[in-house]
Amino acid sequence: MVTPTKPDYKVIGTRPLRPDGIDKVTGRAQYGNDIKQAGMIQGQILRSPHAHANIKRIDTSKAAALEGVKAIVTGADLPIVTGDTRAENSINVLAGAKALYRGHAIAGVAAVNAHVAQQAIDLIEVEYEVLPPVLDVRDAMHAEAPVIHDSLRTTSMAGKGENPTNVAAQIGFNFGDIEKGFAECDEIVEGEFCTKMVHQGYIEPQACTAMWNPDGQLVIWTSTQGSFPVRKDTSEILNHPISKVKIIPTEIGGGFGGKIPVYLEPVAALLSKKSGRPVAMHMDRTNVFEGTGPTGGTSIKAKIGATKDGKLIAGYADMAYEGGCFPGSSVTMGAMAMFAPYDVEHVKIDGFDVVVNKPKTQDYRAPGAPAASFALEQLVDELAEKLGIDPLKLRAMNSSHEGTRGPGGMPFSRIGQEECIEAALNSAHYNTPLEGPNRGRGVASGFWFNVGLRSSVNVSVQPDGTVNLVEGNTDIGGTRASLSMQLAETLGIEYGDVKVTVVDTDSVGYNDVTAGSRTTYATGMAANKAGLNLIDEMKKLLAPKWQVELDSIQFADGVFSSGEKSGTFKEAAGIVVGANGAGLTASGSVSAGVLVGGGFGLHIVDVEVDPDTGKTQVLRYTVIQDAGTAIHPSYVEGQMQGGAVQGIGWALNEEYYYDEDGRMANSSFLDYRIPTTLDVPMIDTIIVEVPNPTHPFGVRGVGEVGIVPPLGAIANAVSHATGVRQTQLPMSPRRILETTQGIE
Amino acid sequence: MAVVWIPTLLRPMAGGAETVRVSGATLREVIDNLDQQHPGLRDRILDGGLIRDEIALAIGSDQATDLSLAVAADDEVHILPAIAGG
Repeated sequence: MVTPTKPDYKVIGTRPLRPDGIDKVTGRAQYGNDIKQAGMIQGQILRSPHAHANIKRIDTSKAAALEGVKAIVTGADLPIVTGDTRAENSINVLAGAKALYRGHAIAGVAAVNAHVAQQAIDLIEVEYEVLPPVLDVRDAMHAEAPVIHDSLRTTSMAGKGENPTNVAAQIGFNFGDIEKGFAECDEIVEGEFCTKMVHQGYIEPQACTAMWNPDGQLVIWTSTQGSFPVRKDTSEILNHPISKVKIIPTEIGGGFGGKIPVYLEPVAALLSKKSGRPVAMHMDRTNVFEGTGPTGGTSIKAKIGATKDGKLIAGYADMAYEGGCFPGSSVTMGAMAMFAPYDVEHVKIDGFDVVVNKPKTQDYRAPGAPAASFALEQLVDELAEKLGIDPLKLRAMNSSHEGTRGPGGMPFSRIGQEECIEAALNSAHYNTPLEGPNRGRGVASGFWFNVGLRSSVNVSVQPDGTVNLVEGNTDIGGTRASLSMQLAETLGIEYGDVKVTVVDTDSVGYNDVTAGSRTTYATGMAANKAGLNLIDEMKKLLAPKWQVELDSIQFADGVFSSGEKSGTFKEAAGIVVGANGAGLTASGSVSAGVLVGGGFGLHIVDVEVDPDTGKTQVLRYTVIQDAGTAIHPSYVEGQMQGGAVQGIGWALNEEYYYDEDGRMANSSFLDYRIPTTLDVPMIDTIIVEVPNPTHPFGVRGVGEVGIVPPLGAIANAVSHATGVRQTQLPMSPRRILETTQGIE
Repeated sequence: MAVVWIPTLLRPMAGGAETVRVSGATLREVIDNLDQQHPGLRDRILDGGLIRDEIALAIGSDQATDLSLAVAADDEVHILPAIAGG
């Protein structure tokens, strides 16, 4: 489905092979744990067995005396840094006076091999004073709950509170007159919804190698979504000049938001500084679950109302999100995303960022939005049932469109929500009846903002007319290809004539993280800008060669021309570069903001629920999503499918299962069930293309929208299959039996 | 005059108003004049003369990262939390 304004591109919209494909399928690609350096030793982390404890004493003397141990560090070795966020980042890397969650790093050891390092870890003596943990988001908000940080006060745009609390931040959005709005409604539905802490589940655990040279130059190889933010965080935590820190990004085996912060890097650097040797560190899966940043659990109380003919009038939500052991939950983004799919005049949202004794949470693909959608989309479904209106048609009647005010008050520019719903209404899936017992169909909409932020690239022309593209964004979802394609389209050359390389922080201008669905969008803008700059530079060199005025040279469809003279890009490159071997480079940098064209999607899912076991089988799944312009449709489809599959896992199986002492009881992939290929059907996709007016090629980010609707869509489907509304995740077999048969 | 949409939690500083009409040819002038009308709001939006990291500004539907951007009469100015992503 394509809007009529999309130009006739030559490269964009094709499906070429990815440049990194052969290395990845043959095992040659270098991931975080593949780095080998002369004299390299191994590091290990000692982690807290307690969810909440004062650290009274750490004795490393026995460990230090063990043969083969080269260095030991604790929080006392970290410099004191100022600023809330910097201090929190530091304390999260190595604990200070308190262990704030089970898995909190207490000490690091480097030894000649991993076995000796582990022996040394076991010899470190830590005296804890165990404190009661705070594990539930609503419990943590109570006045009588144990306070995790004595210095924490509730902050908001309006200022700071006065009393110690676990409520780190309060947010609010209020548009229209909520009381008047609900008074005008003929039907009102409301509910309370709960989601649990879940992990991004990237397959490659965190891994890095650090080498601290005697001259103070620090080099770190790491698997990260953002080498420049790793440089900044490491520099701040170690109080070491940023110019003396070089980050070399390895290939990355998934991130989804979880590989933005630093965990091992500053510790490995300190161990390298102390030992004088390169230090490699990596996590196992339990470390990943307990010691990195999942997304927090949520508690949402929500209410919506409509007229009897189906016009949504009012919506209210009280949203409490876990931030983990430090402030920083995704409640603001969840609140802003919640009502975005719909044109609702009266909206009020109260939101709370709450600290609990769990790992510091991190972004996870469309952070905050899936839980908000889980609540809202079930209420929309209930409303459709009460009003006797088809659930998709009710969504179509109330769809957001250009000019609709989001909950932040800002009107949307051109968006594709209406087109997504229309495509769903016309889809083969929705027009095929679902038959059979214990089966149900669900639909849900979802929104994600998409961000731009900062990107830089360099391009250079080779004597044979090919072009090198040097960029600094880790390639997670095929961005080497999507960036090369945009540069090729700009220059009017073949995709195969662009050679792309991801480089370290010393070798290209600043790039923000590969996150927020931003790389194909913003780094694509930078590639387009660099290409246009390159064309200008080539014109300057062509003018004297052709003996024409500079202003007379035109460039269109990959051809330079001036009067009767003309030449393709390659021919022109042969003249300006090949003739004398002169180098020709250009760069492109953009600062693309954070609100750059919202993405919408709609999912349709059919399920069958076994009434005896409570197991839910996904029978059929269709993802419809607005991609703006699909640069590489296969990778767009991959993002849509990947988001849906992660959402299926979140909906049906995944949760951090804690005991009452705050110990995670399922910290392995055997017990934490992410979906496998045996659990899901083929995920069908329908790409909608409503070009984004803020991008030269109309790109919208596509990486995150796909995980927003699955929770609500599957809950609606399961509710229709069982006749029981599902308000808590995961909808595991146990939960289904509890809710349908009253089994405890 | 531009129409500045006041974030919910800042409305007590603006007498409870959802929107405030403010004169100014640029975004910076609008914020300065907003602060004249409702003292203290500038410090909630800017830090050291720059847009706070946790804040995003928009003129109409377009994000504004440059305080020197022109603001036309009847333009909407929005003050929003900055967002990121995974």
